[in-house]
Amino acid sequence: MTAVNDIYIITRRQLLLLSRVPEVLIFSTIQPVMFVLLFRYVFGGSISTDQPGGYVQLLMPGIFVQTVAFTLAGTASGLAEDMKKGLIDRFRSLPISQSALVIGRTLGDSLLNIVVLAVMGIAGYLVGWRPSAGLANVALGFLFLLFFGYALSWVGVLVGLSASDARVVQNVSFIVTFPLTFLSNAFAPTTGMPRALQYFAEWNPVSTMVAACRQLFGLENQFGATAGSFPSEHPLTTSLIYMLIIMLIFIPLSLRKYRNYAD
Amino acid sequence: MKTVIADQLIKTYDKGAVRALDGLSLDVEEGTVLSVLGPNGAGKTTVVRILTTLLRADSGSASVAGIDVMKNPEKVREVIGLSGQYAAVDEILTGYDNLVMFGELYHLGKKQAVIRANELLERFSLTEAAKRPIKTYSGGMRRRLDLAASLIVKPKVLFLDEPTTGLDPRGRQEMWGVIQELVKGGVTLLLTTQYLEEADQLADDIAVIDTGKVIARGTSDALKKQVGGERLEVVVEQTHVAKTMEIVAAVSGHKAALDEGLRLISAPVSTGSAALFEVLKALDSAGIHALDVGLKRPSLDDVFLSLTGHAAEEKKEEITEKKRGKK
Repeated sequence: MTAVNDIYIITRRQLLLLSRVPEVLIFSTIQPVMFVLLFRYVFGGSISTDQPGGYVQLLMPGIFVQTVAFTLAGTASGLAEDMKKGLIDRFRSLPISQSALVIGRTLGDSLLNIVVLAVMGIAGYLVGWRPSAGLANVALGFLFLLFFGYALSWVGVLVGLSASDARVVQNVSFIVTFPLTFLSNAFAPTTGMPRALQYFAEWNPVSTMVAACRQLFGLENQFGATAGSFPSEHPLTTSLIYMLIIMLIFIPLSLRKYRNYAD
Repeated sequence: MKTVIADQLIKTYDKGAVRALDGLSLDVEEGTVLSVLGPNGAGKTTVVRILTTLLRADSGSASVAGIDVMKNPEKVREVIGLSGQYAAVDEILTGYDNLVMFGELYHLGKKQAVIRANELLERFSLTEAAKRPIKTYSGGMRRRLDLAASLIVKPKVLFLDEPTTGLDPRGRQEMWGVIQELVKGGVTLLLTTQYLEEADQLADDIAVIDTGKVIARGTSDALKKQVGGERLEVVVEQTHVAKTMEIVAAVSGHKAALDEGLRLISAPVSTGSAALFEVLKALDSAGIHALDVGLKRPSLDDVFLSLTGHAAEEKKEEITEKKRGKK
């Protein structure tokens, strides 16, 4: 039970940090809000869709997924910062559960996601996003998003512990997340892409997540590429499998890296 | 009883290319202070990291308070306090927040953690700064808070890795005062330093290390004797140089050395200020006015020069350690 208590204290530290540096929260929401405005009002006009309620209905799930995907960068740079300051040494020399620090960090970052997603939901509502599904399904969609963010924050743990510099972490995280979010069905139909990219976009976990969310929010996924493929037919199942695979791989790797990080 | 024992520790980095520890052995008697003295890259931080369970040695054994460091690291963590070279506290949080958080992580419970935090803030003269974020603290204040964090649960053994590196003279003096208080309280302490003066001030015993090995061990007096103790130095006008050299040689019992450019005459002395007084008296009766006169205490460089035949220089390992520090 002490491990649970340790994790709780570390998670609370994350929240305390947020309350002391509200800029972090502000910047984590400003960027996605800018994406909403950019795609809704700048690019959205030239993306044709017969979606009732317009392009914004398809856009918002994409933005949500993109937003939680950046958890990877948040977790990674937070940990890299702690290492630079020598804080990780301090934590590792304490008689606490050795995984508490990283688990607390991933949970804290997920709590941040709740706040960010709430702000995004409101922003979406203001620009015309109206999910047609019932409340239960919409809530399930958000739960799905949080779970996806949580899985990715474990990738962030490994990136953060492996990099030698906090700035490198930013760049590496960006290089990982950027192509994943744009080579997907998040913002535009994949049908316009070259064949090889379409294939990638089809299996891209970001695409399956976006498709899953669209489904839960009560939409047809019009941006899928070739109908009939497994990921576009079963986005929920595929996404769930992806998340489990990510966690099965990255949780043990990250914990091992943390235990031996200095060797 | 030996509270800390390190036996034949070997640690290499970069697949054996860099040998940070090369069969290092040392021990600390219960209730005493051992200073590990050496230049950057000698392996000081590495040995502290191994003894505090942060790093695994390639081979060799170590124990702290009778507990095997390699076999029972989690038990070792319950009895040690560590304060590092890099002040390891959360910069964004306040001093108070930090101490309460660490207190809770030591499983004191919220109420006890608050009480203990306030006690420590008071003791380290940080009460006024308690509610300010650490990033507004001076270097000395950060170190004190870091030290406070390592004392939340009274540790059996305290490890201080270069506690005053990077502090200004005032900060260093304050830190020494704080550490001396702790020593009076009877803590077993292992501290690393690059400064002979610091080891002299704080430690009962000194282990000099170079390239991952202990090259000399003893009390600070014994070590200084081995190095040759202090040197007396006098600067006079050119016309008095010859006579002054005679006087200095007579007092010292050794041949006096002359730096012609500086007109500085020096010789080793073992009686310290008494020798200084004698020389001044002799100069005065010879009608010679000394422009400058003083006793120079041996520096780390002198210790190294006499023990190893080479000056204390930064080695390759230091780059590795620095890189690690940054990580």
